[in-house]
Amino acid sequence: MDIFLQQIINGLVIGSIYALIALGYTMVYGIMQLINFAHGEIVMFGAMVTITCINVLVGNHISLPGPLMLVAGLVMAIPVSMLLGFAIERIAYRPLRRAPRLAPLITAIGVSIVLQQVASLIWGRSYRPFPNILPQTVHNFFGAAITDLQVAIIILAIVLMGALFFMIERTRLGRAMRATAQNPEVAGLMGVNINSIISMTFVTGSALGAVAGVMVAANYDQAHPYMGFLIGLKAFTAAVLGGIGNLQGAVLGGITLGIIESLGSGYLGDLTGGFLGSNYKDIFAFLVLILVLVFRPSGLLGERVAERA
Amino acid sequence: MSSLLQVKNLQVAYGGIHAVKGIDLDIQQGELVALIGANGAGKTTTLKTLVGMIKPAGGEILYQGQPTAKLPSYAYVSQGLAMVPEGRGIFSRLTVEENLQMGAYTRNDKAGIPQDLERIYHLFPRLKERQKQLAGTLSGGEQQMVAMGRAMMSRPKLLLLDEPSMGLAPIIVQKIFEIIRMIAAEGVTMLLVEQNAKLALQTANRGYVMESGKITLADTAANLLANERIQHAYLGD
Repeated sequence: MDIFLQQIINGLVIGSIYALIALGYTMVYGIMQLINFAHGEIVMFGAMVTITCINVLVGNHISLPGPLMLVAGLVMAIPVSMLLGFAIERIAYRPLRRAPRLAPLITAIGVSIVLQQVASLIWGRSYRPFPNILPQTVHNFFGAAITDLQVAIIILAIVLMGALFFMIERTRLGRAMRATAQNPEVAGLMGVNINSIISMTFVTGSALGAVAGVMVAANYDQAHPYMGFLIGLKAFTAAVLGGIGNLQGAVLGGITLGIIESLGSGYLGDLTGGFLGSNYKDIFAFLVLILVLVFRPSGLLGERVAERA
Repeated sequence: MSSLLQVKNLQVAYGGIHAVKGIDLDIQQGELVALIGANGAGKTTTLKTLVGMIKPAGGEILYQGQPTAKLPSYAYVSQGLAMVPEGRGIFSRLTVEENLQMGAYTRNDKAGIPQDLERIYHLFPRLKERQKQLAGTLSGGEQQMVAMGRAMMSRPKLLLLDEPSMGLAPIIVQKIFEIIRMIAAEGVTMLLVEQNAKLALQTANRGYVMESGKITLADTAANLLANERIQHAYLGD
């Protein structure tokens, strides 16, 4: 098996997931210069709610085709995450709109911890296996293996990103979002209700996050109440790598990080003479984060910070 | 003629400063009124308060006979109250056309918007040439045109202009004031805040003079231009 191609495929899969999550970080940052550290928990809730829904269906002997059960789970999970994103902004961030920037940042970390604890009260602290409902067909792709699930993840991610870019670039709502990100005061003068635009931004990012959460759970066959921390931090790294506040950057950063991590873990054993194995793959994301912050803090597609008045 | 805007004993505290200390304004339908005064007199604060960007500390604003106090700030523009802010406030990473469309954000008449876009492009042929360009790449004069065109896209009844000549070359300033006269000729009521008092009074029907948060003089533009004290203080004669 071609290990290089295999790791590229794996990297594309996990990279698409990072990209979807990174979009949530970067949208919120773009509009209110806030790192929503609770975004990882929104992703986690998406995964946990979906698993619970599928288990309920399976437990009640409702036999549907696997993919359809997954869709049913998503239909429940997406609104839950959207509502969660809406509520977090409303309750935790809005009262701090005019506070110094450190206050909402610390609040975000607090919200993240609260949501982890709430989730572990609901679902317990242990790992939940992803129900074995999906076909496990493996295709041979030029010597590398790719599953139906991986193909589905990549296609769905592309479709969702396309829909998001269409919304942002071509619709009245998207235009208002961009205008608000650039100059909220003048956007208000144009009749834009800034509060509802900010809510819409959280809700949109949360919907993408929920789907990404299910992808993570299905891809790694498990989910747990603390999964949001690591996946969130990696997606945040992807957003910073691409240039925080920049949507194309989030996608580029996500894919790049996914591939770096995947190739890195694939060759880590060889590189260190077996001293470090692929279980150290998480170091790559943070190595990337440190390197970006040191050498190119504005990210790959980042803009001059001075442009924000 | 009827009052479009009546301001009674308006007081505004802004950033810890009592910037507006009880002013009265009365703007009739169809008028072009200038508000002149030195830097820091409270002119910009007054305009921002009139469009709901700042909440007044006291007094009353009646627009079309109705108090505006309960209006949320984003609802002013759909009532026909638009402002071209100081420093133009264009959306630099939106295209010229997107900037103009933002002006029509609250409008429900989908069919009327393309018509008005054409009207703005007719008024500002320069913007038509640059419609797909990012507004941030435009010159100062062109950006002022975008800001004015954008405000016009909301079909305002009352247009507030804050320092439209700021930072522009004299020849561009003349062009901008030509457009202000054209907009006035279309029947849009305007309140113009301007450093260039002479040009403002030559363009307006009436004028108010604001000093340290108070209106110290209100008269026809012609009388203000002839007033010796005004000539001495603001017209540089």
